[in-house]
Amino acid sequence: MTPRVVFPNKVLPYLLVAPQLAITLVFFYWPAGQAFYQSMLRQDPFGLRTRFVWFANFRKVLADPAYLNSIKVTVVFSLATAIVAMCVALLLAVMAEKVVRGKGLYRTLLIWPYAVAPAIAGMLWLFLFNPSIGSLAYMLRSFGIAWDPLLNGTHAMILLVSAAAWKQISYNFLFFVAGLQAVPKTLIEAAAMDGAGETKRFWTIVFPLLAPTTFFLLVVNTVYALFDTFGIVHAVTGGGPGKATETLVYKVYNDGFVNLILGDSAAQSVILMIIVISLTAIQFRYVERKVHYG
Amino acid sequence: MKSFGFAAGVAATFTLLSTASAFAVTQISWWHAMTGANAEVVDKISKDFNASQSDYELVPVFKGTYPETLNAGIAAYRAGQAPDIIQVFDVGTGVMMAAEGAIKPAADVLTSAGMTFDKSQYLPGIVGYYSKPDGTMLSFPYNSSSPILYYNKDIFQKAGLDVGSPPKTWNEVWEDAKKIKASGAAACGYTSTWLTWIHLENFAAWNDVPWATQQNGLAGGDVELKINAPIFVNHFQALADLAKDGTFKYGGRTSEAKQIFLAGECGIMTESSGGLGDIVKSGMNYGIGQLPYDSDAKGAPQNTTPGGASLWVFADKSDEEYKGVAAFFAYLSKTDVQEYLHQKSGYLPVTLAAYEATNKSGFYDKNVGRETPILQMTGKAPTDNSKGVRLPNLPQVRDIQNEEFEKMLAGQQTAQQALDNAVTRGNAAIKEALGN
Repeated sequence: MTPRVVFPNKVLPYLLVAPQLAITLVFFYWPAGQAFYQSMLRQDPFGLRTRFVWFANFRKVLADPAYLNSIKVTVVFSLATAIVAMCVALLLAVMAEKVVRGKGLYRTLLIWPYAVAPAIAGMLWLFLFNPSIGSLAYMLRSFGIAWDPLLNGTHAMILLVSAAAWKQISYNFLFFVAGLQAVPKTLIEAAAMDGAGETKRFWTIVFPLLAPTTFFLLVVNTVYALFDTFGIVHAVTGGGPGKATETLVYKVYNDGFVNLILGDSAAQSVILMIIVISLTAIQFRYVERKVHYG
Repeated sequence: MKSFGFAAGVAATFTLLSTASAFAVTQISWWHAMTGANAEVVDKISKDFNASQSDYELVPVFKGTYPETLNAGIAAYRAGQAPDIIQVFDVGTGVMMAAEGAIKPAADVLTSAGMTFDKSQYLPGIVGYYSKPDGTMLSFPYNSSSPILYYNKDIFQKAGLDVGSPPKTWNEVWEDAKKIKASGAAACGYTSTWLTWIHLENFAAWNDVPWATQQNGLAGGDVELKINAPIFVNHFQALADLAKDGTFKYGGRTSEAKQIFLAGECGIMTESSGGLGDIVKSGMNYGIGQLPYDSDAKGAPQNTTPGGASLWVFADKSDEEYKGVAAFFAYLSKTDVQEYLHQKSGYLPVTLAAYEATNKSGFYDKNVGRETPILQMTGKAPTDNSKGVRLPNLPQVRDIQNEEFEKMLAGQQTAQQALDNAVTRGNAAIKEALGN
């Protein structure tokens, strides 16, 4: 057990926490409360006519096929982004560990993309894969692939996942490199002496010992894919073609700020809030127990 | 404590100074969405207006894209911080009109400032679009545009087509596009920006067929879309068929297709007249034609409907501010100001006098095709089908149409299915929006 810190003063602790509490109240509870209230209203954009409708907006949103489609899109997008970003980062981290000369340079270069803003990352990939002017699109076409993210939903999704995952690889890479350095060299050397090959050593020793890092990154990546990718979706596909890449967050924006249906949009953000809270709770309560913290 | 006293003193001085200046001139705020050359036009007009009198100071503020500007205005109104004037794009017109208590009609602003508003001085097609069914002008038209046909003369030559005669009907467009593709003169024959605005809203007006009931929503009430009529289905099926082998190439929901045309990938494009600047800048050997019409339509070509944006005045401002706004609108209507706006930005002039003055100056002889959008819009007196379209939620309805088109062009559904779905979903969305 960690020793408990006891404050002799009864007021001081609250005073010290007060600024943090104030910020949380103003920037989290207040807007969350507003969203909750707005989600039960039907209102024109200017707020001239307002009706209180209880949970009608929620019923409407949940019965909307477009919303169910958006859930599906979000699940596919988040899983694909998290898996791709983590696998590539792990591979790069393991490889970068093996480099003898210029290790620092490789690492710096691999961390670089993390500093790129989501919208800019989106634009970059959009240019590379632009059917008319993109260099990568040109290569794909010369391989005989009819690359058309403007009309083909699968292509659009691939483009989106690439852009979102690319940006997150650096972050994951950083944590995996740190995690790899924490793996005791003695264990690996002992296994090598026992005749275990490189692949065997990785899967039986390194990978299990990386589990805490992997778990942490899984949470971070899922949250990233769910909530931090608005800029990328906005820049790359705008939710199209059709509704093939309209994620939940993008739909909140689209319904609220483009279509000006504030009640629906607020109801959707309340649902998103519930999803985040329950996801976090489930992950830390159940999944965490199975992870071996070495 | 000493430094606090000093700071307070400075603050008080500033406050005094700013009130003092407020007594002298009334500030009029104008939120707009113009970029590039068009933003320079806004700044120049504002500067000239401020120099022309000493009672008011017009302060233009750039607020982002059209939707961003509209959202900023709505948010500001809700917070009690609305500007005096806001520029709202054509699609947002219905949104503003539904907000009756939040805006003051432009006609009222002018008349209550003691000015007479003579409607006959303005281009009827444009003023009609921004008026209530009873004829009250609600917003002041600032920048109006109309869709026209652009073609690449070099590609036409290579394909063995007549460089001097652009296609007049859609069937001719399809034929020319096929020839361009088959001859290898370009990778694609035809592309278009804004499918919803050009191929539905203007297609309906130009061919004199209803886009929706209730005069396309202008008469108010329960509006139902009519875009799954046979003439639309045939038109879109032709597009879908041409898309299969790449004779027609889709660019995106807004003006993205312009890039394809500028890159020389397609030989023909339909786009807003406001897009002319970029084409001129690219140095392409281009030609301009009228918007094509459907040869099966009886009254075609009728007239096109205005796109672009207009200036709205928010409610609950002081009389002084309204007087300033009225003075600005009067200034904006002056012939030389309109002439400058039209020739510099490529948007249409709002007054007949400015159009005639531009004509007399020989501008259209030197800049062939610049008159086309005006002739299209003013050629015939508008019918119930061609005054424009209006819905309280047009952005949403356009989104629905775009989604269905994209599925159709990807080969997942026929034109009939796409338009039927667009009508069903669109009607449901309209009903929902009217129920607010």
